[in-house]
Amino acid sequence: MSGGLYSTSNKDFDRTLDLKHVKPYGDTMNDGKVQLSFTLPVPAGDEAMEAAKQLIQKMGMTNPQIVFMKELTEGFTFVNCYGNCTPTVDFTTIHVPKVEGTHWDMHECDDFIRTHIGRPIVVVGASTGTDAHTVGIDAIMNMKGFAGHYGLERYDMIEAHNLGSQVPNEEFIEAAKRLKADALLVSQTVTQKDVHIQNLTELVEMLEAEGMRDKVILVCGGPRITHELAKELGYDAGFGMNSYADDVASYVAQQLALR
Amino acid sequence: MKNSKLGLDCAKVAAARAAAANIAAAVQRFVERRSTVAVERTLCRLIGIDGVDANGVPLPNVVVDHLHEHGVLSQGALYYIGQSVATGRSPQQTAGAVACGELALTKLPATPNWKEALSPYIDACIERIRKNRERRENYIDTLGEGAKPYLYVIVATGNIYEDVIQAQAAARQGADVIAVIRTTGQSLLDYVPYGATTEGFGGTFATQENFRIMRKALDEVGEEVGRYIRLCNYCSGLCMPEIAAMGALEGLDVMLNDALYGILFRDINMQRTLVDQFTSRVINGFAGVIINTGEDNYLTTADAVEQAHTVLASDFINEQLALCAGLPEEQMGLGHAFEMDPELENGFLLELAQAQMTREIFPKAPLKYMPPTKFMTGNIFRGHIQDALFNMIGIWTNQGIQLLGMPTEAIHTPFMSDRYLSIENAKYIFSNMRAIGDEVEFKEGGLIRRRAAEVLDKTVELLQTIEHEGLFSALEKGIFADVKRPLEGGKGLAGVVEKGENYYNPFIERMLNTK
Repeated sequence: MSGGLYSTSNKDFDRTLDLKHVKPYGDTMNDGKVQLSFTLPVPAGDEAMEAAKQLIQKMGMTNPQIVFMKELTEGFTFVNCYGNCTPTVDFTTIHVPKVEGTHWDMHECDDFIRTHIGRPIVVVGASTGTDAHTVGIDAIMNMKGFAGHYGLERYDMIEAHNLGSQVPNEEFIEAAKRLKADALLVSQTVTQKDVHIQNLTELVEMLEAEGMRDKVILVCGGPRITHELAKELGYDAGFGMNSYADDVASYVAQQLALR
Repeated sequence: MKNSKLGLDCAKVAAARAAAANIAAAVQRFVERRSTVAVERTLCRLIGIDGVDANGVPLPNVVVDHLHEHGVLSQGALYYIGQSVATGRSPQQTAGAVACGELALTKLPATPNWKEALSPYIDACIERIRKNRERRENYIDTLGEGAKPYLYVIVATGNIYEDVIQAQAAARQGADVIAVIRTTGQSLLDYVPYGATTEGFGGTFATQENFRIMRKALDEVGEEVGRYIRLCNYCSGLCMPEIAAMGALEGLDVMLNDALYGILFRDINMQRTLVDQFTSRVINGFAGVIINTGEDNYLTTADAVEQAHTVLASDFINEQLALCAGLPEEQMGLGHAFEMDPELENGFLLELAQAQMTREIFPKAPLKYMPPTKFMTGNIFRGHIQDALFNMIGIWTNQGIQLLGMPTEAIHTPFMSDRYLSIENAKYIFSNMRAIGDEVEFKEGGLIRRRAAEVLDKTVELLQTIEHEGLFSALEKGIFADVKRPLEGGKGLAGVVEKGENYYNPFIERMLNTK
């Protein structure tokens, strides 16, 4: 044992990255190391620890380690754990639908709109339904923007109208008509019990009933929104985490030019 | 302010306060001549009207809508209910009779003794609220309470019974204040739902029964852990004063209750909200409820460096409006927030300056300090550190109520384990750094002192502009928080009436003068 522990040679490291069989990386290729934490509705103790280990094995991991255990309140035990993941995925066959098009910064977007559309684009945005969070729509639309990306209000060639939060779908559509919107941005932050799906679907149905669906570029966004989900719900595009105003502006400008 | 560690200019603080006092006084003159459907429903609740009709409409709404439809709400609900009570019906029986169409309140003949008929119901209400206050004081005397800053956590399962499990767990872990987040959108309902509820989105309906269930649960766990656990809810939106009444009747301890928030961020009509906030604060003041103001909301939209003075200006206005409503400084949980971009160099120092400044300017207020939310990204590991920095400022500047940040902010409403990690974080830092505020001073002419002075200067300027303009006009012009709100726009204006000659509301005077 002593010889192996301190020896700096003769390590049988796996260095092979096989994109057909990808698994997590801790500090050595293919070690499959995963860290996770969860709460079990049982009292703390050896039995809770064993239960956590068995669960981790059933999740497809070997070598389960429970490194921390704490009873949060009577009958609820929190654990921090590690395990080695055994399943793998084939990275070479993965296809994720993405918003298509070139990504530009603010000035490039403005230039593109000036040359290819020749007038300011009208964009109307809101956090709709019962959602009271303005953080998403503000990050995209407010002059200041977010994380160094200026918001749509600062674009010379975008006329941005931010209607704020808790805007009923009826009012949102009314505003879109009144302002002659080219593009509609819907932000959804609260996603508990899938309330956002219901609300996003309702908007599409109402736009269709009004005969407006094809006349606007319809975009939704929020931390739990993906482009794939957006397409499924009948939107033109969806923007999730780490998307900014320039992502949205680039997409809208190119789509509008295409149409 | 005697020994300002920031070297704040007392004359400037006084100038800001004087401007805010004038702003509040002008609002108060407007408020005193008016009532609203929400205020009248509140009076109904206070004299004992509760329950719903066959269609599930709350009886206070039934009575007040009945009067409003007949165009007589300006005389006040108590005048008409008093006529009925004088004939021998209780207020509750009166409401029931209106609900089933047996009684037209406006057709009752006027009797001279209607005020006397109401007085036992009014006395009973005052006594019940007074007893609730005593109950709290008694608990604090016998059980004790957590040291400040109080640890404030939220529960938000949507199901009041599940909330109870989460709340009791949090109390056992060390929480001092449990806030039951309301279901999204409740602020725009012009009625308060009835009964125990198990379905909500992003929170749980505020109902009187839910208040009662949670109060009982927190008293139980408080006795178990040997610490009084405070219950917080949301006294905002179109039912602001009704929620205050329900909270007072059920022994709540803390209420979110901002004078301007609904106007700016929910587009509720300014006349409506300003009239409603007065009644709600009179009730909260009398009930011994700590109000929390919502200044943190400015910073979720605006930049925390550029707009810090908006927060302080709003704190001053909230303070002065609360004083108009007889709410003592010890119950003013004025708000501010830790919302600077973590990428900003020396952001912690600027935050420290602002938190210390707020502490010194409002020395008696149990300031409510809000955690980072805007720059929480889903990186729970960095988020936990952001919350740690926030906790350091909380203990350093002796905040009153520390609204604990969760590492999973921006991902989901807190898991039981998220709350545990947050409470552990705060307890560790509060204990480890307990006396740092007494030990460390700020360099003269340094970044921290300069920052505080700069924010105060801009605040004085903003408050004097609003004073000159008047709050209503300033709100119309978007001078405040860059949001423009028309005097006649927004939700709930139809529920505002000017008081008529028979108008009667003895609660204000009783609550302001009963100890």
